[in-house]
Amino acid sequence: MCGLGGIFNREGKRIAGNDIITMARMMRDRYDGRGGGFAGYGIYPKYAEYYALHLFFRDEEAKEATEEYLKDRVAIIKDEEVPMRSVKEIPKENIVWRYFVEVPHKFRSRKDYLAQEEDYIIDTVFTINDEIDGAFVASSGKNMGVFKATGMPDDVAKMYRVEKYKAYCWITHGRFPTNTPGWWGGAHPFNLLDWSVVHNGEISSYGTNRRYLEAHGYKCRLLTDTEVVAYLFDLLVRRQGLSIRTAAIALTPPFWKHIDKMPEPKRSIYTALRMTYAPAMLNGPFAIIVANRDTMVGLNDRIKLRPLIAAKSGEFVYIASEEAAIREIQPELEKLWAPRAGNPVIARLHDDVREEVIH
Amino acid sequence: MKFSESNLRGDSMAATLEKARVSREGEFVVIDAKGMHYRELNELIVRVIEEGAKKLKLINVNGQRFIADGLRGDYYIEIYGVAGDDLAAFANGPTIVVYGDVQDGAGNTMNAGKIIVHGNGTDIIGHSMRGGKIFVRGHVGYRVGIHMKEYREQVPVLVIGGTAGDFLGEYMAGGRIIILGLERLETYPEIVGDWLATGIHGGAIYLRDTIEEDKLGYGAKFEELTDEDYAFLRREIEEFCSYFGGNAEEIMKAKFTKVVPLSHRPFAAMYSDSKEAGH
Amino acid sequence: MVRNFPPDFVVRVDKEACINCLRCTRECPFGVHEYDKEKKKWKRHHEKCVACLRCAYMCPTQAISIERSPMEYSPHPVWTNKVRKDIKTQAETGSVILTAMGNELPYLNYFDHLVLDACQVTNPSIDPLREPMELRTYLGRKPEKVDLEEYDGVELKTKIAPNLKLETPIMFAHMSYGSISIEAQLSMARAAKEVGTYMGTGEGGMHRDLYPYADHIITQVASGRFAVHEEYLKRGAAIEIKIGQGAKPGIGGHLPGTKVTAEISETRMIPEGSDAISPAPHHDIYSIEDLSRLIYALKEATRYRKPVFVKIAAVHNVAPIAVGIIRAGADAVVLDGFRGGTGAAPQVHRDHHGIPIEAAIASVDQRLREEGIRHWGSIIASGGIRSSADVAKAIALGADAVYIGTAALIALGCTVCKKCYTGKCPWGIATQVPELRKRLNPDEGARRAANLLKAWSHELKEILGALGLNSIESLRGNRDRLRGVGLSDVDLEVLGVKPAGR
Repeated sequence: MCGLGGIFNREGKRIAGNDIITMARMMRDRYDGRGGGFAGYGIYPKYAEYYALHLFFRDEEAKEATEEYLKDRVAIIKDEEVPMRSVKEIPKENIVWRYFVEVPHKFRSRKDYLAQEEDYIIDTVFTINDEIDGAFVASSGKNMGVFKATGMPDDVAKMYRVEKYKAYCWITHGRFPTNTPGWWGGAHPFNLLDWSVVHNGEISSYGTNRRYLEAHGYKCRLLTDTEVVAYLFDLLVRRQGLSIRTAAIALTPPFWKHIDKMPEPKRSIYTALRMTYAPAMLNGPFAIIVANRDTMVGLNDRIKLRPLIAAKSGEFVYIASEEAAIREIQPELEKLWAPRAGNPVIARLHDDVREEVIH
Repeated sequence: MKFSESNLRGDSMAATLEKARVSREGEFVVIDAKGMHYRELNELIVRVIEEGAKKLKLINVNGQRFIADGLRGDYYIEIYGVAGDDLAAFANGPTIVVYGDVQDGAGNTMNAGKIIVHGNGTDIIGHSMRGGKIFVRGHVGYRVGIHMKEYREQVPVLVIGGTAGDFLGEYMAGGRIIILGLERLETYPEIVGDWLATGIHGGAIYLRDTIEEDKLGYGAKFEELTDEDYAFLRREIEEFCSYFGGNAEEIMKAKFTKVVPLSHRPFAAMYSDSKEAGH
Repeated sequence: MVRNFPPDFVVRVDKEACINCLRCTRECPFGVHEYDKEKKKWKRHHEKCVACLRCAYMCPTQAISIERSPMEYSPHPVWTNKVRKDIKTQAETGSVILTAMGNELPYLNYFDHLVLDACQVTNPSIDPLREPMELRTYLGRKPEKVDLEEYDGVELKTKIAPNLKLETPIMFAHMSYGSISIEAQLSMARAAKEVGTYMGTGEGGMHRDLYPYADHIITQVASGRFAVHEEYLKRGAAIEIKIGQGAKPGIGGHLPGTKVTAEISETRMIPEGSDAISPAPHHDIYSIEDLSRLIYALKEATRYRKPVFVKIAAVHNVAPIAVGIIRAGADAVVLDGFRGGTGAAPQVHRDHHGIPIEAAIASVDQRLREEGIRHWGSIIASGGIRSSADVAKAIALGADAVYIGTAALIALGCTVCKKCYTGKCPWGIATQVPELRKRLNPDEGARRAANLLKAWSHELKEILGALGLNSIESLRGNRDRLRGVGLSDVDLEVLGVKPAGR
């Protein structure tokens, strides 16, 4: 059991972290304290064009080894410790450091640069997570960051001083882990480049999804099913260019009995998507919120085994596991509804929020 | 588990009552639930009832769970705000009026009593209900009325003014569900979702609309309504209108569909062993 | 010298129950029951009994019992009864010992050492009787991604190669007309059509009685090229090139001329009475690029409208071979494990060549993924699939679908007496003798074959439900849902499965 929350300002107006902390706190009965976290978009306006790498280091050795490696991969524009408070409920397991980096020209001609700069960064992240003992990349996007640890979300927020950051998109998660031991890296949100994911439930197709992703070069090392969601969005949306709506059809496709009744060309399209993306399909009970620099998406499994509520009030869009979490920060709402199973609710910058009807 | 013990420091009830903003308003005992954890709120409800309260008003409720769970007796409780998960679960007699929405599981395994919701509900409302009634003005979510039962004279009833999602009445073993479809959702305007009454083996579902046969789940079939059915519908719709307004006469004018089980043992033929097959 | 001594079985008759109807003398095709009408005496030729149980089954008073003969050689663990008998037979005849059905040696059965997960608490089980559960499977080549053009409406720009659509991931294996009767094939064809799956013709061509079911039939192009005519190729739903089979990897086949009846002659398009020989290799395939040439020749001949599969026996190098097959243009690779059945094979080949299907599936699936081409073709597995549990495990290891051969025949009445090659099948299945064929009514056969598929499909749904999955694609290659019990570390590594407890 876990709880999710998300706040998105459609005009890109940044707000302090207090509201998202309140949302997280409202759902505390859904957590057991073994993981909590936040992701904020727009928090580093002065360094907006650099990749902001948030790293956990178990010790100084890990930090040194990582910096050695990074020097040869990217240009570090600025780096510093992420300001933290000490909170007695969360023993400090890691040094948390942030690096604002870019890929300088001299590296772009290298043979391992890879076709896109983003793949190069992903490769860098996977190498650190895989090969440098005691080092872990919590987030690697631009002008955004993930703050997470093993603890209740409000304690995590207090530790990272989340209330002091301002973002136009916030997502949060509190954990009740079922499969893996609590470690800072195992808390949500999971991040890859600009993609952050929070997830409630269990992905029973994990073994199938993981092997599909590994064949596409993603390394699933985090011992938890949620990471496949982030990588699937990166693969389908960023690399293959599917729209979020189409990616949702691939991940939570309608049942064959409905596809069989669709008119053409819709029927061929949905059949083609289902046939091609069979190993990407997500099975099991889940509610997820996925965020990117210009979007926030909420999605349920096909038979709605986990709760999810969406709401809108002026420029703000809210998604959460429980209505009460939304009402606590915004009692007056223009619209509040529970999206249908398998239909993504998509909020976009400078656009409206919409439930895409797939089911 | 997440209960903050500090709220109940000081053992005396009086101390708690002072801290917890309890007051009187005519025959009602009013509790301001703002910022209260559900443990605290529910303890307080139990205590004021033990002290003789028969009518309660809970204000500034927002997401507190388990309100009135296991409550026996015909107490009257008004809730202002969003009632959290499992409202009146296992309840045995109280009447609860919610001026707001309810979350998952309202009326879970309720034995007797009434819940009246002036808003919407989410999933598994009335799960395993054995008696009592639930009226919801707006829409409800998935698996509503799942495994509702009947027992002797107890026949639970669920009346929904808007629409319901997939798996309505799944495994129903008894009881009655009425969906009026007076309001419809933008993204899915149908009166109910798929797999309607899948696994039903008792009870009946009435829809104020016609639906395609392929919406029926396993073991369900359509049946013509009898005069008794219409009389029953009329009574329930009149009660519905008494809470939420509307004209029962007008509502009754539409075409109703009735869904019932094919049999009490829909899966008897499914299993066999080699001896039965004669080998 | 008496053959088959000591006899394997003895026929015991309850004299009080026996009413002397003489039915057993008519039912047994092997000549076990003999009644001397003059002397009113029975002679039971125990050494001819193969324990097909036909007589016991048909006896109106259930008076007959077939038992293992208590007579044995003096026991020896190395020189078992069977070993001694085989040597004596070969000393007598100087020939290769022939047998039928699948491998009988007690090699480890991996399926019996794999267990499936179930959901508890952290993930709910799904109830297949009431909630949706999808088994639909597409076999064939899939695109890497789907290109859509989204404007006002949406247009699908990606062309998808032809695929077979199955409503359940279980198909009837190729068993040729000649090795089995038309009645047996009709039973399976009708059942395949009813359930929404496919059956294979085997290498004997497509009998005209099967034409109404052609949409549900996969035609086979084997080394003998029997019946391979462009109409035949165009008639079925897909084409399968048979390179080998699990029961007799590396060798061909032989249907003696005496068995090439008029109907078989017509269906296989060879002269009546002439031997039907299937050479070991296709004589136009001596290397992988030759296979590619044949695949494309078939695709050209059918205008790229039908998927082309390639079937191989599972052997040591199965992973790179399968990769080669997929790269050569096959839309699916069919892996037949060493427990695959046959109507006739030399015993030494049946029991000593080939590898288990479980290991084959795991290594082929893994290798294709490593090369990034798993989506270029489907994996179909066969060879000793006995139950829905085996089907589920095969899929979890990486298969897209399975073929069932022996199991399908058992559904039609076969009792696995292993005498298919005699052509005297008492159940009317592996025979061309008209009196024996009459014993299999295709209506009844179709009903039973369809029942088997439906029962297993239903069980598969229950299995998926217990795993918290509502769609078969989420089980495919999902090794995480399997655990090994009593397997060595190396076995676990090959299968890609963790030991129970981890």
